[in-house]
Amino acid sequence: MIDTITNIILLSMLVITALAIVRMERLFAVVMLSGVFSLLSALLFVTLDAVDVAFTEAAVGAGISTVLLLSTIALTKPVERRPRHTALVPFIVVCVTGAALVYGTLDMPAFGDPNAPAQIHVGPEYLARTPDDIDVPNAVTAILGSYRGFDTLGEAAVVFTAGIGVLLLLSGLRRRREDEEEDQI
Amino acid sequence: MIYHHLILRVVTKVLVGTIILFALYVQFHGDFSPGGGFQAGVIMAVAFIIYGIVFGLRNVKRVFPEWLVHKVLALGVLIYAGTGIYAMFMGYDFLDYDALSPAHPTSGQHWGLLIIEFGVGVTVTGVMVAIYYAFAGRPPSISNEDW
Repeated sequence: MIDTITNIILLSMLVITALAIVRMERLFAVVMLSGVFSLLSALLFVTLDAVDVAFTEAAVGAGISTVLLLSTIALTKPVERRPRHTALVPFIVVCVTGAALVYGTLDMPAFGDPNAPAQIHVGPEYLARTPDDIDVPNAVTAILGSYRGFDTLGEAAVVFTAGIGVLLLLSGLRRRREDEEEDQI
Repeated sequence: MIYHHLILRVVTKVLVGTIILFALYVQFHGDFSPGGGFQAGVIMAVAFIIYGIVFGLRNVKRVFPEWLVHKVLALGVLIYAGTGIYAMFMGYDFLDYDALSPAHPTSGQHWGLLIIEFGVGVTVTGVMVAIYYAFAGRPPSISNEDW
C-alpha cells in the first residue's frame, strides 16, 4: 500500500518535472530541473530495491551531468531559440514511439513475476554460488566484477573511450599552447 | 572571483575532504554495501569539480594537473586489464581472480574485486575530471549576469 502511494507520488512528480522542462525556455532552469528529474528517478530505483543503480543515477545524473550541462550552456547561449518549424512532425514521432514502447511493455512479464526470465535464467545460480565462489555480501559487486568481469571491463573501456573522445573534440592543441604561453608570463 | 562567495568557499573547504573520504568508503566498501568503482569514481571527481567551480580552474589544476588526469584515466583500464592478463600468466582464465591467491580462491576473488574496482574508480575519476577540464577550459561565451 505505502509502496503504491510512494510510486504514484514519485511518478507524478517525474511527469510534472518533465512537463516543466518542456515548457521552460531558460536553459539554466531546465538543467536544474533535469537534475531534479534524475534525483526522482534515483528515488524510484530505491523503491525498486536497486540501490546500486540509484546511487549511480544520483551521482552521475543529478551531480556530474548537471555540472557538465551548465558548462555547456556557458559555452553557448542561456536561452532556448524559438523553433522555426511547427512542432507537429516531432509530436507525431514522439506519439508513435511512445505507442510502440507501450505496445512493447504488453509482452513483458508483470512486475515482480517469479517466473520472469530475469528471475529464472542465471540469476538464481549466481545468488546460490556467490557465497561459495566469492563470499562477498554484496552480490551485485560479485556479479559485476567476477561473473560478469568481461562486461565491466568493456564498460570501463567505454568510459575511457568517451573521455578520450571529449578530449579530442574539445581540448585542441592550439589552446594548450596558449596556456603554456600564459604560464610563462 | 576568489574574493567573493565567502560562505561557499568555507563550506567547500569543509566538504571536499568529506566527499573524498566518502568516495574512498564507497570504493573500498563496495563488496559489502551498495556502490563500487563507478560510483566512487564519480564522487571522487565531484570533489575536484566542486573545488574547481568555487576556487577556479587554475587552482584545481595545481592540485590535480591536467597531464596527471590524462595518465590516470588510462591507468585505470590498464589496472583492470592487467589483472586479467596476470591471471592468464598464472595459468588461469582471463579475469579469473582465483589466480591472485591459488590457495584460497575466495580470498583471491576478494583481492580481484578490490583491484578491478579500484581500476574502474581511477578511470572514472580521470574521465570525469578530464571532461570537466575540457569544458571549463574554454572561454565562456556568456557573462555571469546573463544567466
